[in-house]
Amino acid sequence: MQDLKEVQKRIYPPMVEGEHTYASVTDKISDVTLKKTTPFHWFIGFGIAFMIAQLLLFTVIWLLTKGIGIWGNNQPVGWAFDIINFVWWIGIGHAGTLISAILLLLNQKWRTSINRFAEAMTLFAVACAGMFPLLHTGRPWLAYWLFPYPNVMNVWPQFRSPLIWDVFAVSTYATVSLLFWYVGLIPDLATLRDRAKNKFFKFIYAALSWGWRGSARHWHRYELAYLILAGLSTPLVLSVHSIVSLDFSVSQLPGWHATFFPPYFVAGAVYAGFAMVLILCIPLRHFYKMQDFITHTHLVYMSKVMMATGFIVVYSYIMEAFFGWYGGSQYEWFMIKNRIWEGPYWYMYWLLLLCNGASIQLLWFKRFRESEYWLFLIAIVVSVGMWLERFVIIVTSIHRDFLPSSWGMYSPTMFDITMFTGTIGFFFTLIYLFVRFLPMISIFEVRTLLPAADVHGHQQDFEENVNEVEYTYDRTDPPNE
Amino acid sequence: MEKNLYGLIAEFDTAEQLVDAAREARDAGYTKTDACSPFPIHEMDEALGIKRSILPYLCLAGGITGLLSGLALTYFVHVIDYPIIVGGRPHFSLPSFIPPMYELTILCASFTAVFGMLFLNGLPRPYHPLFNVPRFALATREKFFLVIESEDPKFDYDAARGFMETLKAQEVFDVEE
Repeated sequence: MQDLKEVQKRIYPPMVEGEHTYASVTDKISDVTLKKTTPFHWFIGFGIAFMIAQLLLFTVIWLLTKGIGIWGNNQPVGWAFDIINFVWWIGIGHAGTLISAILLLLNQKWRTSINRFAEAMTLFAVACAGMFPLLHTGRPWLAYWLFPYPNVMNVWPQFRSPLIWDVFAVSTYATVSLLFWYVGLIPDLATLRDRAKNKFFKFIYAALSWGWRGSARHWHRYELAYLILAGLSTPLVLSVHSIVSLDFSVSQLPGWHATFFPPYFVAGAVYAGFAMVLILCIPLRHFYKMQDFITHTHLVYMSKVMMATGFIVVYSYIMEAFFGWYGGSQYEWFMIKNRIWEGPYWYMYWLLLLCNGASIQLLWFKRFRESEYWLFLIAIVVSVGMWLERFVIIVTSIHRDFLPSSWGMYSPTMFDITMFTGTIGFFFTLIYLFVRFLPMISIFEVRTLLPAADVHGHQQDFEENVNEVEYTYDRTDPPNE
Repeated sequence: MEKNLYGLIAEFDTAEQLVDAAREARDAGYTKTDACSPFPIHEMDEALGIKRSILPYLCLAGGITGLLSGLALTYFVHVIDYPIIVGGRPHFSLPSFIPPMYELTILCASFTAVFGMLFLNGLPRPYHPLFNVPRFALATREKFFLVIESEDPKFDYDAARGFMETLKAQEVFDVEE
């Protein structure tokens, strides 16, 4: 019996370590938000992030004054940092939705303690992503022209264009992610309301929690709504990066015009996103002592997902080169040669292989998988690699197309770089604010993981399908209202 | 007994006790009951006899509305109001209209799921009589509460209180309106 327990523990490791009760879980997580004193490391981190975010402010002001000519993109490379960074940020967001929606549907318990800040990461990453195309329009104050509304100009958006699909996909994605995140927060906001001592914050949390009181009827509908949202977000998240990839693959350009782009982009997005989740959660669990909730098991699982999606991405690189050769089109084959060894950007491609292909080979070994430091390092390398991937796809395809007379080179200006760095600062500023003012781990879902939550031997996984309830009626009397 | 009594609540320490107590309350014939817990308990639905919500059907309707409005929008724009040939495709080029339709389906269904849930739950409700019981603040932390409302046809203060005291509750409280 003891052996059996050991085996069981190896297969299904506990998701909450240490001796915890409902109260200790609640206090541990909500104290970060409710405590009056803010830890010193928060100020340091926030200060640095906020200063870097000023670069964004500076660039945007200069951009609005001067116009997008201050960026390095020019014919033939009309799309460069603006779209590279857009795709990079949108991709990062995807891991949040994957964790909150797809892993929920797949009944993965380990999502429970990482879903909250992964979803926050999604929102903030989408906010950063959205800035690039908006500012690239040159007149962001007219961005509402992208939406279909009756206007005196008597024109409409072109619904056959992938760019307008993108508008619909990204704005829907941002809205649904916000809804999903907020719904998950409601019961925890009620907890904060009931625990807060400060009148002002009590009022804010009370208003935001809509008067939640944990009634069984409310929970019933709540879980249904959450499950439905997960079911809706799953196709949504797959569609968003597919549509982003259609921005490229619907065009005729060699290097962009490829049918395998949607799955390739989605895998890359999840890959980059899990890298960012690791970058965020390793310091978080360390500085806020959340090792009981974000355990080693969580890190190992995330590294495995990262590895699996990394291999899909590497497979796509191989296929891309193979199609270029096997397709028999001289333009395609030239593009591959130009990208990998003949062109001026060949080193970007090899750096990309190093960052995305070689670095994850370390994850085969337990030593690297189970070390926070290595995982953190690999995650940063992968993030860089995914950025390089977008650079390679976009710039090396477009800088030498069909006519040698219209070839050109691209190099970013200072403003490209400050804008990109600025969004990174902006992203971390938002993350720091989130950690301070909202519970970074879903409190009520962690409660369901405790052994004490079992009822007559049934576990209370939040993920358990609520449909099962229907079949457990063993009574003949009609249900109450 | 005061006139403005909302009901009685009993406090429990574990989810299991709450489920058992809810079952007993239902067996005893109480129908205007509720249970409050810091996390969802799946056995509760059966123990209290909660009907399956109509929320999924509302979402389906929301999704269909989104789909049809996406179709109507793209059809109106590209066939009726401003027909123009782009990329050699017909005015009604359904395949390229699918992405907007698809996104609108998801958007409308999600809005229905969230706001439908809040609406059916009767939220926002900043005031509720249960909040008058100081111990009830623990319902969002670690304690479990069973509620019998005074509107219950079978409700009789002394009998209900006596019944609740047989449930091995920590304590039974009167809830004032």
